[in-house]
Amino acid sequence: MALLHMQKTLQGYPPQPGLSCFTLSEVFVETVADAAALGFALARLPRGQRPVLWVQDRVSRKESGYPCIAGIGPLRPIIMVNVTRAADVLWTMEDGLRCRSLGGVIGEIWGDPAVLDFTATKRLALRSEAAGVPCWLIRRLAHPNLSAARDRWRIGARPSAPHPHDSQSPGAPRWAVELFRSRHAKPGQWVASYDRTADRVDLVAAVSDRTLDAGDGPAGQRAAG
Amino acid sequence: MDRQGNAPPDDIPLVLARDGQHGPVVHAANRAARLAGIMAGSRVVDMRALCPDLQVAYADQAGDRAALDRLVLWARRWCPWNVRDGDDGLILDTTGSDHLLGGEAAMLVEMETQLSLLGLTSRLAVAPTWGAAWALARHGPVRAICGAEDLAMKLGALPVTGLRLDPATVLLLRRLGLKTIGAVMDVPRLSLTRRFAKTALPANPLLRLDQVLGKLAEPVSSIDPAPRLVVQTRLAEPIFDPTPYLPALCADLCDQLQQAGQGCRRLHLTIYRTDGDISHLSVAMSALSRDPVHLNGLFRDKLDRINPGYGFDLIALEAADLGGVKTVQSNLDGGSDDDLELAHLLDRLAARFGDRAVTRPVLRASHIPERAEMRLPVLADAPALMPVPASERPIRLLDQPEEVRVLYAVPEGPPAQFVWRRQTHRVTRYAGPERIAPEWWRDRPGTRLRDYFKVEDQMGRRLWLYREGLHSDGRGGDPRWFVHGMFA
Repeated sequence: MALLHMQKTLQGYPPQPGLSCFTLSEVFVETVADAAALGFALARLPRGQRPVLWVQDRVSRKESGYPCIAGIGPLRPIIMVNVTRAADVLWTMEDGLRCRSLGGVIGEIWGDPAVLDFTATKRLALRSEAAGVPCWLIRRLAHPNLSAARDRWRIGARPSAPHPHDSQSPGAPRWAVELFRSRHAKPGQWVASYDRTADRVDLVAAVSDRTLDAGDGPAGQRAAG
Repeated sequence: MDRQGNAPPDDIPLVLARDGQHGPVVHAANRAARLAGIMAGSRVVDMRALCPDLQVAYADQAGDRAALDRLVLWARRWCPWNVRDGDDGLILDTTGSDHLLGGEAAMLVEMETQLSLLGLTSRLAVAPTWGAAWALARHGPVRAICGAEDLAMKLGALPVTGLRLDPATVLLLRRLGLKTIGAVMDVPRLSLTRRFAKTALPANPLLRLDQVLGKLAEPVSSIDPAPRLVVQTRLAEPIFDPTPYLPALCADLCDQLQQAGQGCRRLHLTIYRTDGDISHLSVAMSALSRDPVHLNGLFRDKLDRINPGYGFDLIALEAADLGGVKTVQSNLDGGSDDDLELAHLLDRLAARFGDRAVTRPVLRASHIPERAEMRLPVLADAPALMPVPASERPIRLLDQPEEVRVLYAVPEGPPAQFVWRRQTHRVTRYAGPERIAPEWWRDRPGTRLRDYFKVEDQMGRRLWLYREGLHSDGRGGDPRWFVHGMFA
């Protein structure tokens, strides 16, 4: 069984080489009204009190709501930008990535706009890596077309862990996480569980009864697919 | 206020009419009509009898007043402190400005030239008091200049209408045989006091005389406070795009701010158009700043919003909302200040998308979920300590709670099955309820309470569902169910 912990340190570097936080990650959401992807992205942001720049286009806000800071936690300040077009979302994200004092940039784009092409994602990825600010691009109702995002995820909700005290109520959230393309890590499918009090994500292999193949190669091997 | 281009020929008698008590009356008349004996204030039907080929048009008094207000701003090119005077005049406080234009006589010539280029006929006078300038401009010689010492002598010959009195008082003075201002001055003060002691200012020749002679103060209060830190560029010929001039203007302004030890939170760009109008553009900043590159960048996407008209020949940049800024040393390692970078980012975003699009959500003391969050404009100062919610909240809220159709209700707890967005959700687990009562001090009477449930459906999606009201609360029919948010 492959077990992979992603314990965040204070600097935000995960212990695994190749799973860098400070780059552009693209997340495809399984269903439109599903906050699993946002939960995963927020859990992966480095700790600290630096503000997060959160950009939404109009359709995303109308269809999937807005981030609620009562649930996210008041410790992480959020700067909310509501714009109409996807081009404005990209402009704002790129401008935000010039600012090193942000704790992260999260952008939500609906569908497959023409402006979101390989060049646009490449610009975001380079800026994010240059500034050392993690950048998450949340895509709803979108196709995984050509993109320069270093990590591309597909995330959906799974039935939650059993509640320790009440069998009737949902417990800690679990997400079905698929890394289907990555520059640094090996793609795979996991079930992620999130421990809210420790602010820690555990990834467990989706198929539990399969042993790790010895010839799977080193973790830093460039992924194909 | 008609421009030269569309004014009718001078030889046709033309009057502008306004509504009077007994039909339209003459508001203003052109030169041909005045020569035909038509006076302002008389009835149009009477004047038609006097002059059968009289042309009548209705006066646009509000438009005239607005145009005069714009002219007040346009006249700021000569001096900063001026105001509209009645419906047909401007008062410019030229104290300290005349020497910049080559003395008072040269200043009047320059003003008359510029106004005639706009197609306006003007009568100008310089005098130490508002009243004296008013009288000299209307009844005195062309481009009259009057010092403080010869005030009484120059005004003495003018007719008594120059005292800004109402027509009834003018008539009364005429009947008393006082035809000139000098005659009124010669009457012993005691007699005038006895006659006019209790009358109001427009009917009181004594007070008006005191105003003319400067014994009674009549300050000019301009329509907004005088600009304090302004730089401007005069252009040799009209242009349409101010972009190439902005960096130099910003650098100049930042130099001035640096010398004053101040920074600004607001910039006003004013463009003086050749057709006598002005255009404004304002940008705001979240923190005091005097960084020329940053200030220039805030105008980047906004310059196409100004209307250049036929071009403009004067650009002015003004700093407002000033505050003291200490000179800070940047990091020795060449890195930049984190707070400053964030403030600059917020400025850029707010300048591009507007104040409302860029917000900073903060928590407020309220249990109603949509009221527990307040959106502060990001340019405002950071909030104080925020209240922490007592129980678990979703990380996502919908703008408007969406009603669901209940397929299978159970007596306690959330529905076992419901349809939301045309998909059937089967509830497998739930937590709750959490009852949130309406805020009676804010809500309308009859607002129903809400019972919130955290439910998980067969696919694992965790939703925040609430029932509005109870079966027996007497506030409407059966309770309805809504989806309000999504948990991670």
